[in-house]
Amino acid sequence: MDYLLQTKNLTKVYPNGTIANRGVDFGVRRGEILGLVGENGAGKSTLMKVLYGEESPTSGEIWLEGKSVTFSSSQDAIRAGIGMVHQHFMLVPKLTLAENLVLGKEPSKPRSGFFDLERAVSITEELAAHYNLNVFARARVVDVSVSMRQKLEILKALYRGAKILILDEPTSVLTPQETDELFLELKELQKHGQTIIFISHKLNEIFRLCDRVSVMRDGKMIATHDVADVDSQSVSNEMVGRDVQLSITKTKQKPGDMVLKVRDISFVDDFGIKMLDHVSFSLKQKEILGVVGVDGNGQSELVKVITGGLKTLSGQVIAHGKDITNKSQAIVRQAKVAHIAEDRMTEGTALAASIEENLVADRISLPKYSSKYGFLHKEIIEETAQDIIKSFDIRCSSPKQSVASLSGGNMQKVVVGREFTADADILIISQPTRGVDVGAIEFIHKRIIEMRDTGKAILLVSSDLQEVMSLSDSLIVMNSGKIVAYFPDASQTTDKELGLYMLGLKKQTAKEIEGVLS
Amino acid sequence: MKATTKRKESVFRKIGYFFSDKEKLEPTLVIIFTALFSILLGVGLIFLVSKDPVQSARNFVLGPFMRTYNIYYLIIAMVPLIFTGLALCIIYQLHYMSLIVDSSFYMGAVIATAIGVNVALPAGVHPLLAMILAGLVGGLIGILPAILRIKWRANELVSSLMLNYVFYFVGSYIILYFLRDRNQAILASLPFRSTFALPKLIPNTQLHAGVLIAILFIVLVSIFLYKTRWGYQIRVTGANPRFAAYAGIPVATVVILAHFISGFIGGVGGAVEMAGLYRAFIWQTNPSYAWDGVIVAMLAKRNPKYVPLSAFFLAYLRVGADFMSRRGDVAFEFVTLLQGFIILILASDKISNSLKIRRLRKAALASEQESKARTTMPSTEGNTL
Repeated sequence: MDYLLQTKNLTKVYPNGTIANRGVDFGVRRGEILGLVGENGAGKSTLMKVLYGEESPTSGEIWLEGKSVTFSSSQDAIRAGIGMVHQHFMLVPKLTLAENLVLGKEPSKPRSGFFDLERAVSITEELAAHYNLNVFARARVVDVSVSMRQKLEILKALYRGAKILILDEPTSVLTPQETDELFLELKELQKHGQTIIFISHKLNEIFRLCDRVSVMRDGKMIATHDVADVDSQSVSNEMVGRDVQLSITKTKQKPGDMVLKVRDISFVDDFGIKMLDHVSFSLKQKEILGVVGVDGNGQSELVKVITGGLKTLSGQVIAHGKDITNKSQAIVRQAKVAHIAEDRMTEGTALAASIEENLVADRISLPKYSSKYGFLHKEIIEETAQDIIKSFDIRCSSPKQSVASLSGGNMQKVVVGREFTADADILIISQPTRGVDVGAIEFIHKRIIEMRDTGKAILLVSSDLQEVMSLSDSLIVMNSGKIVAYFPDASQTTDKELGLYMLGLKKQTAKEIEGVLS
Repeated sequence: MKATTKRKESVFRKIGYFFSDKEKLEPTLVIIFTALFSILLGVGLIFLVSKDPVQSARNFVLGPFMRTYNIYYLIIAMVPLIFTGLALCIIYQLHYMSLIVDSSFYMGAVIATAIGVNVALPAGVHPLLAMILAGLVGGLIGILPAILRIKWRANELVSSLMLNYVFYFVGSYIILYFLRDRNQAILASLPFRSTFALPKLIPNTQLHAGVLIAILFIVLVSIFLYKTRWGYQIRVTGANPRFAAYAGIPVATVVILAHFISGFIGGVGGAVEMAGLYRAFIWQTNPSYAWDGVIVAMLAKRNPKYVPLSAFFLAYLRVGADFMSRRGDVAFEFVTLLQGFIILILASDKISNSLKIRRLRKAALASEQESKARTTMPSTEGNTL
């Protein structure tokens, strides 16, 4: 079988020693929609960056239409007919859609040589009509919806002569309706003879859209199937390398004393949007209170206000009877509040620092770790790091290794290990398993339950609904910065019911919600 | 007797370990390679422009070692480079770009001049007081760009460069209006009191005790950065300030402290230069040792341990070029060309880190091979392609 675009035994090692692709053989046939699936960190993005000329392979070959090619930049790849739509759009917000479309290949007026806006608009409109991708050519990018920006990105690639389109997780920014529309448009493009590589980790999308699916895991190409021949269970098993059975076992615990009181907090972001609207709740020992909601409904802000990252406009946060409202992160930690940050790359770790340095960052000023005169107690620091590495199963060759060289799962274990060994009774946990491999997810879940059983009070925020539902003892639902529902017993609700509250279609009475205050 | 041999053995083993461990050798090798490349380039340039290239090249390369006084001169020239290099190591550990140490150094020299001229104290105590006061003033100047950055998010590189002009003129004003020797035709301060001079290490040479002070500071800064809580906090804040704040490190305090210490070192450097080398303040322009400090700190990969080696290398180029220019037709300024070349090498991450990148890649591939060899079980998941 001939492939239009193919890689042969392709290996990519990043300068920091991370092996992102290991001998990958990958091929896409002319005119097909090929799905590329794999967990975070499986190497999908790197493979696509190599195909698009953004990264050069360490070894191995790229073949295009039966000829070996090398791309030294994405310009080369574009010239060879490869187009890519990144997850984060590459558009100039203040320019019109037409101007963005022709950027880099602008039409000019015949005499003066000046930029010809009218022709840019007509080019855009013709192209849009031809491929049935409707856009407002004269509107500015800032003023149009995310899905229209995405269409523009696709048109941009087509305008540059793309025969192969790479779409990197295009549906992650779309609503269900917009996703349906995109799929129709992609099928239409396929009829025009386009070849499409569709990256996703949502299997149902792959089965709806694609002809074939390639599965990557741990930098390797595991298998490629005709979609008709497989079911989602077998593909997901291939993705994670074993049977996926994520069940959580926990015993019931009787909640203890109330240790964290959050009363009437509000926050308005830089754009004037009310992200927190008079939120109140209480947290007890031996209790996991889950926060569910569609991303961007105030959950992140809630966590940041409690832990000292943002300042509230009203109300109070009280931990162990101590007022920590709008106090610095250092003081919040002194009040025995530990915090797993939602983003381990930008906040939860210092990537360039060593594992050891990351593990003791929150406690370095304690007399156990440094003397009155400021000298570090090296042995104790090393010992502590070794202990955490061992008990949290952080896979590394040395504690002096930089955190940047760890996999996502091990990086997260560094964060979890530090926060769970901190001297704290209140744990604010945000996205504990985002982008983490299945093995690490299981491990972290087990640890969260363990922490609850030893008497800690836990606030759990996660965009993985299944995760919050199965870990939490009780639940609150957030919509537009407000608590719209409270379930004292998390097992007494269903994801369907939660969905209605998350979307704001249903709301409990004030009296029902007040239950979370006691 | 036995104990000493044992200790000797372990020292030798340590040295052997140091040389067998390629990773630890890397920074040293990078400095040596950069040095060799720039010397080669220098020789090439000499052959391009000189009428007697062989003699000039000989003077440039071997000059620093051909005369005893040149060797002393080389060591003395390292002193200010070590001070500004150390000061910038701290700033760079923090991932800040402030160059205010130029002002700290200059004002340190001015303050030292005021003490050296006006205050009567016994020898030893006299320069010591000057160094402490110069250090304090240097430290206070050092924190200005940091405060501007923290309070108003002013870019510290820009503000420090602007402040450098301000302090240059403040310093000149002090010398001109309060300390000037009006009997001199050139701009010079009144002569220092005799108690102000640092002792000479070898009589009748210029080799002064400032060298020892510089060595002391290398040790102190190494300990500060790698063995104390504050050094740790500086390094972590530099690696990721958001993480540092999240982990409860008082980031603003750490940034200000680091800038104070950096400025303090610069100020002491200025005072040492005055007390060690001069009999009066005679700088007609700011010698701008901070820019040399940039090269030294970058070459040392912001680790104080490598500051002496990189300072030696830069001083060597200077002394060689100076010796050559006085005996031939190649101007001293050609050293600036070489410095530009060095900065280019250092600014290119890929070149200056090429050894490290190669090692990491090799290690990654090797561990890959190993794990492949370990898995004896035939894989059932074939590739269907």
